[in-house]
Amino acid sequence: MRKYIIPIFAIFQKDFKSELRTRYALNALAMFVVTTISIILFAIANETPSYEILAGILWIIIFFSAMSGMARTFVSEEEKNTVMTLHTITTPVTVYFGKFLFNLILLIVINSFSIILYMLLMPNFEIKSPDIFIVTLALGTFGLASTSTIIAAIIAKSNTKGTLYPVLSFPILLPLLLVVIKATKLALEGEIFSKALPDFQVMLAYFVVITAGSYLLFDYIWKD
Amino acid sequence: MLRVEAINIKKNFGNRKIFSNINFTLDSKNVLGITGKNGSGKSTLVKIIAGIISATNGEVKYFIDQKHIEQPEIYKYYGFVSPYLQLYEEFSAFENLELISKIRNIMIDENRILSLLERFGLLDRKDDYVREYSSGMKQRLKYAAALYHKPDLLILDEPRSNLDSDGIRIVYDIIQEHKEKGSIIIATNDLEDIQLCNNIIDLNRIPK
Repeated sequence: MRKYIIPIFAIFQKDFKSELRTRYALNALAMFVVTTISIILFAIANETPSYEILAGILWIIIFFSAMSGMARTFVSEEEKNTVMTLHTITTPVTVYFGKFLFNLILLIVINSFSIILYMLLMPNFEIKSPDIFIVTLALGTFGLASTSTIIAAIIAKSNTKGTLYPVLSFPILLPLLLVVIKATKLALEGEIFSKALPDFQVMLAYFVVITAGSYLLFDYIWKD
Repeated sequence: MLRVEAINIKKNFGNRKIFSNINFTLDSKNVLGITGKNGSGKSTLVKIIAGIISATNGEVKYFIDQKHIEQPEIYKYYGFVSPYLQLYEEFSAFENLELISKIRNIMIDENRILSLLERFGLLDRKDDYVREYSSGMKQRLKYAAALYHKPDLLILDEPRSNLDSDGIRIVYDIIQEHKEKGSIIIATNDLEDIQLCNNIIDLNRIPK
């Protein structure tokens, strides 16, 4: 196990250090979140959106911010021609999980920022069941990070990276998005934890299936 | 002792046939040269040998003391240098070697890093970002990165690329030293490089 953990953390550390030096993804994502929430606030004006709308908008922000930043981990390696270096110094599995870890941490940071901003600015956004909300956010973030990572690896080799990423991600992420929106609505309505359990099972199953599929397929995506 | 076996290697890109039926065995203390005109597939063949891309048909097998090495693990046994391989420009030379050591899951040996950088004339610039390096200095750093883990096999694609006469001399010294204990694959069109090899694959003569 140790033989995998150290290289995975080394890949994560490399991307993290690189991000701190270039601030490419973090700045772009933060600006995206601020701009989107501002536009939404202007659009709703004095209206009080329903819980369903609030939950939907929150996950739209999270989905598109993920789409604008998550691809960076693989695209930058392609653009800098460092993909081949990774090929010659480690295994594909290490690369996938190192990149997944980086995307996960980046998504946690961005989601925390988005939610704080959303709670402060959006009218009627009050989390009445924090337990449901935290589990939904955690499982949703894991699923989103896992899917974003494998799709980023696929699109990094194409010529139309920016356009292809959300287009390819949307149908794959749709089942997850529908469930997290529903569970977020339950958290806003103040439902009891057990009512959201079936949704959590779907989210967990989604994460496990996507991660297992990615683990099995990454070698082929990575090589050619 | 490392042994590399290539069995019926064939590569096509779509409908374009690059080469087929390439077979060779490379044992320790041997230098294999791969030559051929531009576009003949020299770099493609070394990438297949290094497991970076797949062959359309056939396979390359690595053996250590006759024990077969699984494909994902072969990176441990070779060092790869080529003009198209890039190191991380936002990190310094020292950081790059430190990083590679961590990703390879081998202990960071500061003395080895410093001695390699000294050998390639990069010691006084070890803390500068690689993006500030000239193309020749980057090439020297690639050699340091390829040698750091003391590989059995050195795969060199256009080994003299971007190097000045001093750099070429260092590389030739390394080739001479390395062939005493390990094996080398050189993809080149340079006559001086070819003279170092005891086996040659000429891709111009290989059927497509």
